[in-house]
Amino acid sequence: MVSSDHIWSILAEVSDPEIPVLNVVEMGIVREVLISDAGVEVTITPTYSGCPAMKTIETDIAEVLDEYGIPNYTISTVLSPAWTTDWMTDEAREKLRLEGIAPPQKGSADKGLLMGRLRDVKCPRCGSTETRMISQFGSTACKSLYQCASCAEPFDYFKCI
Amino acid sequence: MTQLQQFNYTIRLADDALILGQRLSEWCGHGPILEEDIALANIALDYIGQATNLYKHAAQLDTQKRDEDALALTRMEQEYNNILMLELPNGDYAATIMRQYYYTSFYLLFLDKLKSSNDAFFSGFAEKSIKELRYHVQHASDWVKRMGDGTEESHKRIQEAANQLWPYVGEMFGMDALENELANAGYAVDRALLVDEWKKQCTALFDEATLAMPTEAWHHKGGREGRHTEHMGFLLAEMQFMQRAYPGAKW
Repeated sequence: MVSSDHIWSILAEVSDPEIPVLNVVEMGIVREVLISDAGVEVTITPTYSGCPAMKTIETDIAEVLDEYGIPNYTISTVLSPAWTTDWMTDEAREKLRLEGIAPPQKGSADKGLLMGRLRDVKCPRCGSTETRMISQFGSTACKSLYQCASCAEPFDYFKCI
Repeated sequence: MTQLQQFNYTIRLADDALILGQRLSEWCGHGPILEEDIALANIALDYIGQATNLYKHAAQLDTQKRDEDALALTRMEQEYNNILMLELPNGDYAATIMRQYYYTSFYLLFLDKLKSSNDAFFSGFAEKSIKELRYHVQHASDWVKRMGDGTEESHKRIQEAANQLWPYVGEMFGMDALENELANAGYAVDRALLVDEWKKQCTALFDEATLAMPTEAWHHKGGREGRHTEHMGFLLAEMQFMQRAYPGAKW
């Protein structure tokens, strides 16, 4: 029988189609790997309800499991517990920053959002906190548009949910 | 509580999400500025995604065994149970924003209660969707303030939008035999209990935006029974075109 560690390492080869520097395990999209006599059950969860990458991610996972000759697997999607940026590992955050995307800050619930209080977002290029939000909505559902006032770099901020 | 009642309730929520998502998506490529074009496309996508989750759930409850695509795209107009406000044409940007504010501020309160549903699907659905709704409410609130407290023209337009949409807000809180029974069973939300908090929030925002709360009026209803405005047919004609022309098409 295959071990769940083996499956996790296989899944780490699947990159997020919209943020290719991260894989689906680092993103926290893969929630569970269950091994039983019936086979392997992989559970994934969407970042956003309408994330257009979910279908691709499912197909990519199936492809890599086939490639490694894993028989009898199922891939199911759950909504609860709801995905949060807190599940992203520190390494994943650093990879995002190196890619020019400001990583999400910890403590996702962003209650301040409703009160209009915005957090300090560091420019991924120069590290300055003199940044301003251009738009809460960016190139993908999970990002906002920011600009750095110190180095003028426009950048994506991975927003907290 | 029967399976049919659960199905009907799920369809109501799904239709609300789908029809609003469809209307918002019409702004794609037509937004007043690039950032807003992107914002509304993003928000539309959240609703289409929520609708997908709801239709998938409805499909499991459907005695006719239709899948989520068939439910979303092949029913007749009278079989859609969304509230009327969401099917109204977008109008100008002020009208779109005002509808966004009225609806999302209500829907966030609604989801917060739905989170306590004794149905595992709905509590999970609510938990997920709330995270998205927070951003929608903030987006709409910012623009209501900006337009209300902006120029004479923007103030005039957003006030007009607030007044014109007001007769449609009542349906958001409308309860009937189905929802009363499901709410009593701990499955659904008692919408009527949300009115006071919603009005309080709305009044506070309107004060800040220098807008006047619309005067009380008669409220339209009918969407939950499949009686729609004249605009619904046109919306469906466009939305359903592909599945009507090429039944079962997938890509």
